[in-house]
Order: sequence, then structure tokens, then C-alpha cells
Amino acid sequence: MISALLALGLAAGAPFPLPPSPLPVQDTVKGKVVYEKWCAGCHGETGAGDGPAAAYMLPRPRNFTGAVYKIRTTASGQLPTDADLLRAIDEGLAGSAMPAWKGRLSDAERRDVLAYLKTFSSFFADTSQHVVALKFGGEPGGGTSAEALKVGRQFYDSIGCRKCHGDQGRGDGPSAPTLKDDAGFPIFAADLHQSWRFRGGATAADIYRRLRTGLDGTPMPSFSDLIDQKFLTDEQLWRLAQYVRSLSPARTPEVRDVIHAPRLAAALPAAPGDSVWDRVDRYWLPLVGQVIRKPRWFGPAVSGVWVQAVHDGKSVALRVSWDDRTRSPDTTWLGFERRVLETVAGDDSGGGRTAGPFPDQLAVQFPRRIPEGMERPYFLMGTETDAVYQWRWTSAGGSGAAGGAVGGLARGLERFDTLPGGPAAQTSYEHGEWRVMFTRSLATPDTANELQFAAGRAIPVAFFAWDGSSGEHGNRLAVSTWYFLALDQPTPPRVFVTPVVVMLLTLGLGIVVVRRVQRRQA
Amino acid sequence: MRRAMLAVVCGVFVMASARERRAEPQGGATIAGKIKFTGAKPANPKIDMSEEPKCKAKYQAPPTEETVVVNPNGTLANVFVYVKSGLPESYKAPAPAGGVTLDQDGCRYHPHVLGILVGQPLEIKNSDGILHNIKAKGTKNRPFNISQPTTMTSTRTFTAPEVMVPLECNVHGWMHAWLGVLPHSFYGVSGADGSFSIKGLPPGTYTIEAWQEKYGTQTASVTVAGSETKTQDFTVAGK
Repeated sequence: MISALLALGLAAGAPFPLPPSPLPVQDTVKGKVVYEKWCAGCHGETGAGDGPAAAYMLPRPRNFTGAVYKIRTTASGQLPTDADLLRAIDEGLAGSAMPAWKGRLSDAERRDVLAYLKTFSSFFADTSQHVVALKFGGEPGGGTSAEALKVGRQFYDSIGCRKCHGDQGRGDGPSAPTLKDDAGFPIFAADLHQSWRFRGGATAADIYRRLRTGLDGTPMPSFSDLIDQKFLTDEQLWRLAQYVRSLSPARTPEVRDVIHAPRLAAALPAAPGDSVWDRVDRYWLPLVGQVIRKPRWFGPAVSGVWVQAVHDGKSVALRVSWDDRTRSPDTTWLGFERRVLETVAGDDSGGGRTAGPFPDQLAVQFPRRIPEGMERPYFLMGTETDAVYQWRWTSAGGSGAAGGAVGGLARGLERFDTLPGGPAAQTSYEHGEWRVMFTRSLATPDTANELQFAAGRAIPVAFFAWDGSSGEHGNRLAVSTWYFLALDQPTPPRVFVTPVVVMLLTLGLGIVVVRRVQRRQA
Repeated sequence: MRRAMLAVVCGVFVMASARERRAEPQGGATIAGKIKFTGAKPANPKIDMSEEPKCKAKYQAPPTEETVVVNPNGTLANVFVYVKSGLPESYKAPAPAGGVTLDQDGCRYHPHVLGILVGQPLEIKNSDGILHNIKAKGTKNRPFNISQPTTMTSTRTFTAPEVMVPLECNVHGWMHAWLGVLPHSFYGVSGADGSFSIKGLPPGTYTIEAWQEKYGTQTASVTVAGSETKTQDFTVAGK
């Protein structure tokens, strides 16, 4: 009877709100199947973020039971929207182990698994919870202008970003060594020079959203109250987001296999800060944890190195720059280092897991000879019988002429024998960035052990980095694969002459042909 | 005529509700006591405020954390004592009289331990004028994390009873406060003389719990009638 009346009322256009258009059906039973197959390995059967793989990860997988999510469009403290969660599932979370699932799972599977993971927390069933995406205005234009960036920088200082993210944004602020997430795990203040590793996306709009919503469960707060209380305007917060964006390269660096070292007519750069380096292409080479030889290391601190090289026909100069929030050995980070070692599981235990004031280190690796074919020594520091030639630098090496660098032969991770002649090295550390410049003559007397550089050849090269304040030393390091270094040859004169000759010949021939035709017609 | 009557009725209603809002729990029984402390007095870690000269200037001696505050008379401060159970199902707390203030002054929270009613505004004040963030890490209440880079006040409320919601500042890792969210106002926090009192209780038998951030909880059962005052002390042994 009542339903009949209701139906009548609806039919008569009574003021009942229309039912919302039906959502695509979400099936938590099917979602559970998907979850247990693809997600539980990291996030755990009960959603507590404690799957078998979790202990090897930093940052740890999300614990769904508390329904606390970093990447949202809702105010701090609110639940995420379905769209927020689906975005993380679809696109993954850059800079973490969470991959993108779009394309790997069907639309229905992703929707179902979303519905299932919401069942891990009672908050989602609580109808009194408000889940409303904040209204974000559009990005104001001119975001890369000097004026906009100046305003952004002003608020970077005035709202205290530098406390955690550091003066230049490399996550080296005074509060950084104390940071923990809500579960008590150590957490790094983001390195704002690596936007491609931001969990919630790399655009200025993504950064603006994180400023408005905060990253719940982490030390990163929401700044929305500041707009409400007129401490800053919405536009000024956008300028801050644009300033933060400007700290990273405009585009995600593309990984290229060959590092070109131009030949300079002038002198090689004299220091790591020499302006010559500003005019030389830089190459981003990603590094990953050493997970091959035991004890393995799953928490590499150095995510990659920027490499530049030049030569002058006699010597080669190589500059390696990388972000490292600590100038190790640094005792202010010992507590943080201890927490990292307690958090990231490995094969070693006891004494091997003791925190200490370890130095930062870098190794640049070459084969002993330029290979003729495709054969290269084993990338992970060679083997007992097939040694590799390395330059090794350590921050504890003092400021002698060698600048803390030596040359030598590595025969696997465990053995390194120093050679008498090494490269010269100069180092700088500023605001969370190491720059180490190696210089060595192309040819050396020890042709048996030391690589003899030659222009126009593809010289295999690999990089290894240790961050002492993350407990890295020995096997605990970040590694790259083999890349190539190519010392450009001076451009031979025929490169310039040949095209001119060819053009002249073509013109001459053309004239001859045209004349003949004209004569015939005449 | 009708309108006038309506106005009078409304006026009376408003007055009545205003009186009710102002009303402290009157009459009823009281549970009062002291938190005694025995054993070795632990040393609280010193706080290095050299990064924050503005805060550092507010102290003559180097400030310490407030994990265990033993009073000169040998009692313990900052112990949250509250009625955990025993109130009749039908009990409904009167609407809260205004908000509760948590001040950030000298890079420490004042008070260090506080209670609040569900729905009662928590006024989070920054008297330091330097960057603090306030992170609430409840599990029954939604956690939040807001920034206060200047002298300002932010207001938040809590939706569910929870003892305790930890509050912290991540800029200053030593800053911790504890918020007991309750559906009623039968709680007290031991002060500089180690005493607490819970007033205005209806007659009944209550489980009261004493919570301390390092030493955890203790409970006691107390029966009160009329407007009597019962004494219930707790003893915390230092470790």
C-alpha cells in the first residue's frame, strides 16, 4: 500500500529526490578472490599491510584496517572517495612498490577489489562519515614565471616547508631525522627534486592537492586551514605548488643507454661546481637495491645518479651527482638509521644489522679493457676470475689530492684490491646533494688492469652508491646495470666538406641535364 | 496574540536551554583521590630546542619531556582518571559548555593530558607563532594532520569515545599530548598535587580507570550514593 502510494507520488512528480543513477555493481566476493591472488602478498590476508613481502619494503604497504590513506581529494581526517582509491589501484603509487593495475586487471576486477578492501575498515560502513572531495579551483597561469616562483618560494619559507624538506627541498630539513609514520616506521621527507617519485603524481595540480589534503598517516599536514583563516590565498598556495614543481626537471628523466662525453676544445672543468658542467648533457641512471648476493638489501636510499662526462683528448672528467639528505658519517641520523635497519628485513641479523656512522660511498665501474664484442664482465662487481676496474670514492676519505677516491680491481662484492694509480676526485656537498668529479688521463701505464679510454668506442660503465646514514655499507647498496660511456671524437673536416661537394656536384649535373634538354628542344 | 505567545514560549525555551548549557554537574556524588608514586623516579629526556630559539627563550633551565611528571609531594601528575563503565544505558551527557583549549606554547602542549566530550570543540591554539603541525592519531576517531605555521587557532571535534587519542607535532618530535574522548564528563586529570576529582555522579557502582602514558592503566570499582565523596587512590610503581 505504502509503496503503491510512493510510486504514485513519484509518478505525480512529488518532491522525492530521484534515486542516484545506479553505480556499477561491486562484488566483494569476487573482489576477495582478486585481492587474495594479487594484493595479499604485500597487503596481507586481513588487509593489515603485513603480507609476506611487506617486511622487505620501505615505504610499507598500506594497512587497510585503519582506512587512513595518503593520496586523497578529501580533507585531512576524511575517508578517501572511491575515485581516490581507484586512482591508486589504476595508476599505482610512484616511488613505492605499488604497481599500476590498469591493464593487468579488468575494470570489473579493479572495482570489485576496491569494494573488498573497503570491508577491512568499519569506517567505510559508518554512514555518519562525510566523504566529500574538496573543490579545487583551476591552476592559475604563469606558473613558471620568475614572479610566480618567487611568491611560491616566499611561502615555502613562511609556512615552514624547509623544516622537513630542507632549504633546497631535498628532504634534509632539521626535523627530517625524527620523522615516523603513524605505524612508527621511519619515513623520509620527500625529495622535491624527484617529482616522478611523488606518490600522488608529479604535476603542480597534484602537489597543490597534497598541500590542501595533507598525506594522512604521515607527518605531512594539510594547509587548508590557512586558506580558511586567510593566512594565504588559494592562488598563493598554487604558487607554492608551482615552485615545488619547478625544483624537478620539467619532464621525467628518460633513461638513455649511452652517456656522451663531448670533446672540449677548452680546458676540462676544474671543480664539481664549474660552469662548464651547466652546458653538458646530464644522464639519469636509476639505481635499485642489491638483491642478488646475500645479505641482500631491499631499502636502497639512492634512487639514481645524474652523470655527465667530458674529455679533451688527453683526460676524461666524469661528474656524478646524487641526492642524499645526509652528509654521512652523521650521528644526528643514527636513530633514523637504526629504525630503517629494524624496518627493512634482510638475510643478515645481529651484528650485521647494527647502526653505525658509516660514510657515503660511490663506485664507478668499467671493464679492465674495452670489450670487442658484446661480452662484458658480471655487472655486480665482476667475479673472482674476471675482475672489473673501479673508481671508489668515500666521504670519509679526507680532503687529500685524491679527494677520497682510489682506483682498483673488484672481484665480486667482497673483494677490492687498490691499484697504485687512481683517479683524481673533487667533491662538494650542498643542501642534500653530493657532486663527485673524477678526472683521469685517458691512457695510463698499467694497461693490464686500468681501462684505457678511447674515443669513438662504447665503454661499459656502471654505478654503485651507498648512503651511510641508511645503514648502507658492504653488500647493502644501490646498484645500476651496465650503461655505455662514449667519448665523442673530434668532428673530422670531411663531415663539413662532403655535403658541400655533394650539393655542388648535384647542381652541376642538374645544369648539364637542363642545358641538354634545352639544346634538344632548340 | 498567538505570535506573542509563541515568542514567550520560545524565550522560555531559549532561557532554559541556555541555563542547561551553563550547568556544571550539580549535586551527585564525588570520587576523589591521589595518584601516589613509589620507586625510582625516571628522568625525562631533555629537549634540545636549539632549532627553535623562540621556544628555547621561554625556559631558564633546559626543558624536558613530560612522560612521567612526579610532583614535589611524591605524587604523579598528568594521570587521566575517568568513569570507564557503570553509567546507566540511558545516561545522556549535557551539551558541552564551550570548547576545550590545547595550547602550543614554548614548543610544548598545555595541558599535556586532557579530556573532551564527543562533539565538543577542541580549540588548538598556536601561541608560539612558529610552524607546528597537529596530528591526531586516533583509531576510533578519524586521524587528521593540520598545519599551523603562525599564531592561530584551529577547531576540530571527535566523533567516538576513545582513551586516548595521541596528539603530536612532527616538526618537534618531542611534542606529545593525550586526549581522552568520552561520552560524558566524568573524568579528571591529576594535577600538581597529584589529586583528581570526578564530580556530579549519579548513585551507582562504577569502574574507574587511571591512565598514565608510560605505566598504562589501573582500574578500581567504586560505589557511591547521594552526594557523598568517596576516596579512591591509585599507586603507580616506577620502573
